[in-house]
Amino acid sequence: MNRSALQTLPGASPTILGLQDVRVHYPMGKDWLGRPKALAHALNGIDLQVRSGETLGVVGESGCGKSTLAQLLMGLIKPTSGRLDWIYNSDKERSSNVQIVFQDPQSSLDPRLPVWKIITEPLFVQRSAPRHEMRAIAAKVAAQVGIRTEYLDRFPHQFSGGQRQRIAIARALSSNPDIIVLDEPTSALDISVQAQILNLLAELQRSRDLTYILISHNVSVVRHMADRVAVMYLGQIVELGSAAEVLEQPRHPYTQLLLEAVPRLGVAVDDGQVSAPTELPGNRTLPKGCFFRDRCPKATQGCEKPQALLPAKGGEASVRCHLES
Amino acid sequence: MQASVQTPLAEQAPVLVIDDLRIEFPAYKSTVKALNGVSLHVNPGEIVGVIGESGSGKSVTAMLSLRLLPERSYDVKAGSLSILGRDMLTAKEKDLLSVRGRDAAMIFQEPMTALNPTRRIGRQMLDVIIHHQRLSKADAKAKAIALLRDMHIADPEQVMNSYPFELSGGMRQRVMIALAFSCDPQLLIADEPTTALDVTVQRQVLLLLREKARARGTAILLITHDMALVSQFCDRVYVMYTGAVVEQGVTAQVMADPRHPYTQGLLSGLPEMVEPGQDLMTIPGQVPNLSAFPEGCTFLDRCAFGTAQCLQRPPMQTIDAAADRKSACWLSAPSHATPQESRP
Repeated sequence: MNRSALQTLPGASPTILGLQDVRVHYPMGKDWLGRPKALAHALNGIDLQVRSGETLGVVGESGCGKSTLAQLLMGLIKPTSGRLDWIYNSDKERSSNVQIVFQDPQSSLDPRLPVWKIITEPLFVQRSAPRHEMRAIAAKVAAQVGIRTEYLDRFPHQFSGGQRQRIAIARALSSNPDIIVLDEPTSALDISVQAQILNLLAELQRSRDLTYILISHNVSVVRHMADRVAVMYLGQIVELGSAAEVLEQPRHPYTQLLLEAVPRLGVAVDDGQVSAPTELPGNRTLPKGCFFRDRCPKATQGCEKPQALLPAKGGEASVRCHLES
Repeated sequence: MQASVQTPLAEQAPVLVIDDLRIEFPAYKSTVKALNGVSLHVNPGEIVGVIGESGSGKSVTAMLSLRLLPERSYDVKAGSLSILGRDMLTAKEKDLLSVRGRDAAMIFQEPMTALNPTRRIGRQMLDVIIHHQRLSKADAKAKAIALLRDMHIADPEQVMNSYPFELSGGMRQRVMIALAFSCDPQLLIADEPTTALDVTVQRQVLLLLREKARARGTAILLITHDMALVSQFCDRVYVMYTGAVVEQGVTAQVMADPRHPYTQGLLSGLPEMVEPGQDLMTIPGQVPNLSAFPEGCTFLDRCAFGTAQCLQRPPMQTIDAAADRKSACWLSAPSHATPQESRP
């Protein structure tokens, strides 16, 4: 990865995480010799730099590899090929560098642990803080996310969904990470609670200088939170650029399709747009050429060749489409 | 969209009428007051949205409309509920069987659990069609294929021979819609039909639902928590909070000029309402416990405009009688200034 070149970009913060042509394939089923019968191509060549202090939004349909990317960034799975570089701060351990907030706080918190133990679980696993200090650390972090310190001995079932998500955020914060992966942080919450959690996340980012990787299918949440947006399709990034540019002037036909489908307040939907089912193609055998060709309304000559993520014509964003780059 | 709300349809008798419905669920040493005076109606051919957060009673209303809640698990305290003039609360189980599926059908949130996983799609569709209509097996099959084709499914025979797990989420929900329309119901209750689906598929499913409903004159009660979705697909909307309707009216009016502080809070809490990066407006506090209600307005603890009058529970105040625009807030009464004017 060309780190020095990226760091000298005007106005850009230093890169703290880099992915270079990362591919993840899962074996699907095994024959009698133990050889995989087929491969699920979850990620197919991701190139991505995450800059310090930014919020990077990742959007896409289910099955496009968003969650695999989250697991990869957490180090839960290893890339089949390609490189993943964490650029460490001088004195920090790698494992404390990245934390995650899961989608459903109901299932991501251990029901048999009291809240203060849940919050300090990462420290317990890393053995990075002495035991007798754990409770004090938990109280400090809990106060930051708006959980009252009297509640530290309660159990997760005694909290509402929004409060549980606050506990999950406190747990991610306790080990003092640089990067937090937010995997659909508000999709299990009600609308009035969603606003509270989004405000909390924004405030924590300002006060603690955090880097967020926000994975969501909710485009309006991403538009609100993200500085840069990566649009994923079938394990590839098809468009990458500043949130304003990608979400206001989408260039890739898939981004246009996705954004048009998002329900918007007060915008009527015309009839006669009902089309044949267009769904994500399976990832067992990858399409030849451009992955989006079968669903693309603009498919023409040149689409049968594989597309590269190149800077767009007359813009800052990068697009994986030969018509736009 | 607004065209269908105009008078010609409203003159016909409503398909679904719920009047001041109050039900309780007995719980350990207490009762959960799930519905506290829900009144709503659905006219033929219109799409009516019910919006609310979890615990607002929207799903209970949907389930109770077809009496799908387990018998004796709930107590009806007051009110009435009728579909096509038939009282659903006192109807016998035998009569209900002819209403469910034929006069009124339901689409559930999660198509995987609503379909029987052990039987092929074709068998499940034929069961419903043959039960309600006197058709031979061959005719019923032809009808099922036509229904699936209407849902823009390219290869209906293939789908009929599949098990639910072999289909994608969007495909399963299409099958559910085909199934719901199989007996040309007059009322379709859709309980969060697209929550489990991607936005691109959600749009297709809702467009199909609307296209089909328009073609057959079916009324739809669409239950959801997505404000934007309601604003795009519904003619009228009811906003529910703690088991009661707090605001109702034509969708465009409610979205443009919400009168109840709760509706205002919901709308201003949406990320699209502020510039990116700015703080979102939030509704402070939490939904009150449904087994220990406060006296008076249930929104009082979270409301920025509370007055002494709010210690008394506000009835629905009519704002615009012609458009059936109402709000359950003392501030909506004509004598008061609207809450927006008092807002800084």
